[in-house]
Amino acid sequence: MESQKNIKPPRWAEKFLSWYCRPELLEDLQGDLNEYFYRNVKSKGASRARLIYILDVLKFLRLYTVRKPEFINLLINWIMLGSYVKTSGRSIMRNKLFSAINIVGLSVSMAVGLLMIGIMADLFSYDRFHENHDRIYRITSRYQWLENVNEQGNASNSMTVGKAMQESFPEVEKTAVLHTGFGGDLQFGETTVPLNGLWANESMFDVFSFELIEGNPATALKQPFSVVLTETSAKKLFGDANALGKSVTINKDRQYTITGIMKDIPRFSHMKFDLLGSISTREITKEDDHEWKWDNIWSTYVYVLMHKNSDMDAFQKKLDAYARKNDNVVPNVKVYLAYQPITDILVGEDLNNQIGATFGKITLWIFIAITGVILLSAAFNYTNLSIARSLRRSREVGVRKIIGAVKSHIIGQFVVESIIISLMALVFAFGLFVLLKPHLLSLQGDLRELLTLDISPALIGYFVLFAIVIGVMAGFMPALFFAKINAVKVLKDVSSVRVFRKVTMRKVLIVFQYCISIIFITSMLILHKQYKHYLAYDLGFTTENIVNVSLMGNKADPLIADLKTLPEVQNISRSRLIASTGNYWGTNMKSDKDPTDSALVWHNFIDENYLPLHDFKILAGTNFPAKPDSAIETEIIVNQSVLKRFNIASQIPSEAIGETVRLDNKKVTIIGVVSDFSYGKADSQNSKEVIFRYGKKEADYLNIRFLANTNWTDTRAKMEAIWKKHDPVHLMHAKLYTDQIKEGFDGLEASIKLATFMAAMAICISSLGLLGMVVFTTETRLREVSIRKVLGASEGKLIFLLGRSFIVLLVIATAISLPVTYLFFEKILLVQIGNHTAIAPFEMFAGVIGILFLAALLIGSQTFKVARANPADVLKNE
Amino acid sequence: MKGTNLGEFEELVLLTIAALMTEAYSVAICDELEKQTGRSAKLGVVHAVLNRLEEKGFVKSKLGEATSTRGGKRKRYYSITAAGKSALLKAKEVRDNLWNMIPGMSLKNI
Repeated sequence: MESQKNIKPPRWAEKFLSWYCRPELLEDLQGDLNEYFYRNVKSKGASRARLIYILDVLKFLRLYTVRKPEFINLLINWIMLGSYVKTSGRSIMRNKLFSAINIVGLSVSMAVGLLMIGIMADLFSYDRFHENHDRIYRITSRYQWLENVNEQGNASNSMTVGKAMQESFPEVEKTAVLHTGFGGDLQFGETTVPLNGLWANESMFDVFSFELIEGNPATALKQPFSVVLTETSAKKLFGDANALGKSVTINKDRQYTITGIMKDIPRFSHMKFDLLGSISTREITKEDDHEWKWDNIWSTYVYVLMHKNSDMDAFQKKLDAYARKNDNVVPNVKVYLAYQPITDILVGEDLNNQIGATFGKITLWIFIAITGVILLSAAFNYTNLSIARSLRRSREVGVRKIIGAVKSHIIGQFVVESIIISLMALVFAFGLFVLLKPHLLSLQGDLRELLTLDISPALIGYFVLFAIVIGVMAGFMPALFFAKINAVKVLKDVSSVRVFRKVTMRKVLIVFQYCISIIFITSMLILHKQYKHYLAYDLGFTTENIVNVSLMGNKADPLIADLKTLPEVQNISRSRLIASTGNYWGTNMKSDKDPTDSALVWHNFIDENYLPLHDFKILAGTNFPAKPDSAIETEIIVNQSVLKRFNIASQIPSEAIGETVRLDNKKVTIIGVVSDFSYGKADSQNSKEVIFRYGKKEADYLNIRFLANTNWTDTRAKMEAIWKKHDPVHLMHAKLYTDQIKEGFDGLEASIKLATFMAAMAICISSLGLLGMVVFTTETRLREVSIRKVLGASEGKLIFLLGRSFIVLLVIATAISLPVTYLFFEKILLVQIGNHTAIAPFEMFAGVIGILFLAALLIGSQTFKVARANPADVLKNE
Repeated sequence: MKGTNLGEFEELVLLTIAALMTEAYSVAICDELEKQTGRSAKLGVVHAVLNRLEEKGFVKSKLGEATSTRGGKRKRYYSITAAGKSALLKAKEVRDNLWNMIPGMSLKNI
């Protein structure tokens, strides 16, 4: 038990008090606080007494108690700056190896920091070009069906909400309502250009600061069939001719008038489009009221410009009240509304159905966390090495102190030194930044679109500031250490400096760094194995020698006929979607016997060639026979999971033939059963129940199977020639099926690249840290080793003696990190991914063995050097 | 004459110092004030007032002996100066005069 005498006020609070308090007031104030503290310990207990003490210390921070800054010290520091720089330079040159280790280690990690700063600078400049960006909010939605609230909200909303914002929310100044799906092939005279855009209402240009070059922003999108083009789109369509007022045909259907030309969308806008169409057009062209339904929250985006100084909490309450009023409009459906600042869209909450690419909060935090770990790790290295080196510098510090330097001067000197080193590291880091930039951007398709990482003066400013912060961070601990050195003791006997007082901390550090390295490299290997596994995954059908061509609205029959003239084409089929590339198309199916038994099944419209072309395994029944376009749907082919789900014919394929089910309220007969295959993606766990429906005119893709050993590049050129004849407007979109499968795992590939990069980084930093420590330890034990050698120790024994403690640390690091990695993948990550492969010993141990080998090499090289040294040389110098 | 006037709390503290005589140091003053007024007197407030009184020249202070209850720190004892005494007397006089102006009956009827 703690005796009352031993209970002390918190040390840091005491220190803080004596730091800020005027010396003449200090003593009796300390006394008073102590008296109260001991009184409180008796009456209220130790922990409360401590808390009160801390609060009192903070309360006493007043004008009359605070010590005046000592300007003379600042002045001296300023005068001495030149001297600090000079001695720092000398010390850096004198210890070339240590300086190199420090600079390389810092620069490697700082490169990551620079990338991070670049990313942040880009992300946080998004949407700031809107004049009123601090008052623009997006109204987001969340869908609830019965009791199931969707986990993720939606960036999109309904047309109804957009209208309500304008009409019944007085705090809203203007509302911009956008709707997806405008665009297509724009035709003017002989020119046809495919463009993509959005429907927008007339407040578009009031809310957002997109600049119109021609046309009136207030009325440009008011009338139906109005179109606003961006500068680039206008150039494509009209060349240098004047576009305003011209009329264009869209999709060979309706005529639209160009009512405005706007400047191209700034790079850092979260929404991108080629053109805008007036949303009032939809009032005329709409076929039904479906898009005005309360729960149709999937393709409209609502942005509001709030009045200045609006109470956003009250606004949220009104949104809630308004949404609850509509709860019963659609049975069983509730929609929740919320607002999101426009500047939050890129890095805010992860929402479904975004209008454009976003970065996402989670990704950003992962990036920041990893950067933080790497930076800390490198800064620790610096701290560690500098303190370890202190033996050589302590005499210098002693002399300085005796001449009259006070603590703050010594701290100043060492912080200046570390800032110099960190600025030198910045130069290398910047080189690395330039080198790594293209790799980072090519990591994933979205990144290149989202980020530029362009170097601007402001960014350089951030970089320098960052280097200084890192310098201060890394240098502060060693500076403090040196500042505390007792000058008299040091000058009498250098060895009295207890360098290794905090040896445990250093060991923990090395273990920590190696843990990180092992975790990264093992993760990389495990992910890589998964990636290879998915690419080689047996999908249940073949993808070899198949090329998928998007029809893009062209007629299939003449195209097929022409393509079939190519000698290398074996067969051509049609389908609605490309299976196993991450596309889903669902529909509701009901059991014929029990109408209440209905379930979502995934479907694909195909023609009679699809199944044989892809080598599907038909377990029972037959393929679709060829039918004319006009045929009524009466037959379907199902997979085994469908039989299981509806328990058709006791799940026996051959018995299921001829059974009927209800699809879109029509009775259809099962004519074939195929074995289960991968519909969505190889790593998808749902979408097991799949049906095939016959529908030539529903097809969006042609699947072309080539003879084996076809040269794809040559064939592609031939195909393009044929495509041009049928569709001069659009480029041919044709891809090898195997490439498409691979693209589906781009995210995984990016993670692997990232993990590889991080592993390289971490290994580099931890190896440098270890090297520094080993060099230092062996050098300080040079005399001991020599004496041992003279007394008869063998070289092998000496190497073992010096290296033993490090090897133990590495073993500990392995023992910690391997199970952590294993459990993380086995219990958390891989469980969420379908059809993954098990972790094998190779992935677990290959990385570790590599790292340990490298470390052994580092330790061995240094210890060997020392063990081989001639003891006579070493001892003679003493 | 701003700066030499006594505030209500300043007056109380000054009186307490006078009452405690040789034992007047910050913690004792706080305790005594609490005892007499029934209000809790916060050390921070008292300390600030003592500092101000010393600046105005109403009290003077000297450091006393160290005790173990204070973690080896010395106490600062306050004693009242002539200026302090006259300020107190003046304040009392003002009050007495005002009290004397109230006829005995008028207060009873309230």
